Amino acid sequence: MAKYIIKRVAISLVTIWAIITITFILMHSVPGNPFRSESKMPPGVYENLLKKYGLDKPLPEQYTIYLKRLLKGDFGESMKSRVETVNDMINRGFPVSAYLGLQALIIALCFGPALGVIAALNQNKWPDYLSMVIAILGISVPSFIMGTIFIQFLARNISWLPIAGWGTFAHTILPSLALAMMPLAYIARLMRSSMLEILGQDYIKTAKSKGISKSAVVLKHAVRNAILPIVSVLGTLVSNLLVGSFVVEKIFGIPGLGMSFVSSISNRDYTLIMGTTIFYAIILIVMLLLVDIAYVFVDPRIKLTKEGR
Amino acid sequence: MKRKLAIIVSLILALAMLVSGCGGGKKSGDTAKKILRTNNSSEPGSLDPALAQGTHESWILDHIFEGLMKRDENGKIVPGMAKEYKLADDNVTYTFKLRDDIKWSNGDPVTAEDFEYSWKRALDPEMASTYAYQFFYIKNGEAYNSGKASRDDVAVKALDDKTLEVVLEQPAPYFLELTAFYSLFPVNQKVVEANPDWAKDPSTYVSNGPFQLKTWEHKAKIIVEKNPNYYDASKIKLDGIEFSILEDENTAWQKYQGGEYDFLSPLPQAVVAQLNAEKNKELVIGSDLSTYYYNFNTKVKPFNNVKVRQALSMAIDRKTIVDKIAQGGQKPAEGVVCFDIPDENGKDFRDVSGNLIKEDLVGAKKLLEEGLKEEGMTIADMNKFSILYNTSEGHKKIAQAIQEMWRNNLGIEVQLENVEFQVKLDREKAGDYFVSRAGWVGDYVDPMTFMDLFVTDGPYNDSGFSNAEYDKLIETAKSTADQKVRFESMRAAEKILMENMPIAPIYHYTKPYAQKPYVTGVSKVVNRDPSFIYADINK
Repeated sequence: MAKYIIKRVAISLVTIWAIITITFILMHSVPGNPFRSESKMPPGVYENLLKKYGLDKPLPEQYTIYLKRLLKGDFGESMKSRVETVNDMINRGFPVSAYLGLQALIIALCFGPALGVIAALNQNKWPDYLSMVIAILGISVPSFIMGTIFIQFLARNISWLPIAGWGTFAHTILPSLALAMMPLAYIARLMRSSMLEILGQDYIKTAKSKGISKSAVVLKHAVRNAILPIVSVLGTLVSNLLVGSFVVEKIFGIPGLGMSFVSSISNRDYTLIMGTTIFYAIILIVMLLLVDIAYVFVDPRIKLTKEGR
Repeated sequence: MKRKLAIIVSLILALAMLVSGCGGGKKSGDTAKKILRTNNSSEPGSLDPALAQGTHESWILDHIFEGLMKRDENGKIVPGMAKEYKLADDNVTYTFKLRDDIKWSNGDPVTAEDFEYSWKRALDPEMASTYAYQFFYIKNGEAYNSGKASRDDVAVKALDDKTLEVVLEQPAPYFLELTAFYSLFPVNQKVVEANPDWAKDPSTYVSNGPFQLKTWEHKAKIIVEKNPNYYDASKIKLDGIEFSILEDENTAWQKYQGGEYDFLSPLPQAVVAQLNAEKNKELVIGSDLSTYYYNFNTKVKPFNNVKVRQALSMAIDRKTIVDKIAQGGQKPAEGVVCFDIPDENGKDFRDVSGNLIKEDLVGAKKLLEEGLKEEGMTIADMNKFSILYNTSEGHKKIAQAIQEMWRNNLGIEVQLENVEFQVKLDREKAGDYFVSRAGWVGDYVDPMTFMDLFVTDGPYNDSGFSNAEYDKLIETAKSTADQKVRFESMRAAEKILMENMPIAPIYHYTKPYAQKPYVTGVSKVVNRDPSFIYADINK
């Protein structure tokens, strides 16, 4: 197990380095730069800006300077903000996005599997149709429409909740819901098909024929096995939710990281692009690693010890 | 087994919970006070006047700082930090006498040295201020900024605590107005030298305007409160202004409707059209110092031909675009200079020059055929050209309308090409386009803010237009202090520009905003955002 983890960590480090390098090259090969705008900016002013951020140096030199800084944990200064460094932005934005993502994840994990199980147990009956209608709505209606609908009905028409903004728990409810709809629906569909497959297995029939009660069959045998595919998507899902969603953060005016992630690209804020990308890559890789390790515990068929192989 | 899964899931959750710190509650503002609530749309990149660039910074700065000159309740330029000024006979030497009772928000007196320090600081190449060019009117300003002169060469000097002398490169009658512009606001030398990070935190932030910075929650909100040290504090009725930072226009409009904002600008386009149609009293169409236009790349065939350019412009029905598409109360363009700029006699420059843009659908077709013939091309050759615009619903609709007008009126079939904003700027600079959408927002209220864009090799002259006579007229206007000569030169220059049509102006922008009936005293001048300095709330 320890050996496996060490190997995985080593591979992860190489992956992160590759991501840094590729992002760096791509970012600099895209047209535009952080300081160009619709303005009469004289060439002298423009050169001062390039010099201040070291963009006047050749690219390979910029790359080595960046890597050296990064090793010290310094993501550098944002090229659009003279107030916050990239580290500041991540430190401020990530907790906000993560808190929201977490709430969304809890909602999705509470209701998604339940919806899927109900649907599978009532295949082709009305509870099945009802849950799948909810699931299809969740998958096909984009979160910006969902968010707008929530604002209109839950905040404007019946003023239960604040319209947008950040600060209190009440502010987090609507965005969490909007954020949760998609993973909830995805999990529900996954759970349904996986349950249906398991329910048709021989060992379920055996269990039934042994006279075990229906609820015990479902809970102890079916659900436990059917949940495996969900564990495997959890890594990507969790990392996606944690770093935040551009759309939901924009609609609800949430000071999270998801917004910085997208707007940095249209602003050509080079250091922020690198910072957010690397940060996201690290989270994604760590989550995938955790999921793989979790798998070992959840699925008895996977064993990483020598005897197991 | 299931328990283990539960443990793992909760571990992941706990981990994320740990870093998230679970948010936190925030107290709400004091309701008894008069706090005006509005939306600043975007996080300021800095609240240091020397580093400010656009509207997201300047709207806040306009309320917490004051320059040598300021705007009164009616938007007129009057002495602010200065109590009087004198322009010497050479037309380039200004002497400002500061008021005696002016203080910074920390109680320090505002001195002429503060101004000298601030302006030189903004010009310092190390500061790399984007708006440093606002100081290039000052003698040796540009030279210092590009490393060709020393700091001491810059011709701004504190003669004593209360007297500031400024020498300009050339006569610039709009310089007085510029001293009310946010880049030229002073900073407190003592504070800035002691703490270079002073502008990052409200607790160390010092300003000299009617309001002072109280709270800055990044990407969430900025609150300014009345500055008791301001010399004219008795005229300020609001206790504070709360600017939230909400990027989504539609959500912001929901908040305005829901009573969470007292004032909102900008408004979603559809909302403006709807409010306008129902003649809603909360909608105000403010004037704006900007023009929406199309560049023709004069370096490529057939756009090098003046007849082709004229024909394309003549075939655009601007009124339809304004009434049916833009729908924000914009005005069809009558030239490149927008409305609401006074001339030497105090009349509207635009009205005096009149409409320089001809629309003639029949004549256009004839002119196009002539022009194309001169270039050895045919109507069919026009089909391979495209209109370049940056991705946006509004620009797209206008481009489609113009495509349709050219199809119907000229029988040509141009393509539409949308690219990301940065890509558009890059391609315009490289001359890699045929027709492109552009816009210009003026810096100061004078036709020159538009006119000098199109001099040969100007930094924003993407059409590649070059006309010796035009350049000469602009030079004359820039070097004379005689207002009559200056304005006549600019009038003549605009005529030349509109005869040559390197650009086809489409419309002059407006700045629509919404304010609740109980808000009064908001003033809007053509080149600034609405000002709340003299506003009041009468609930």
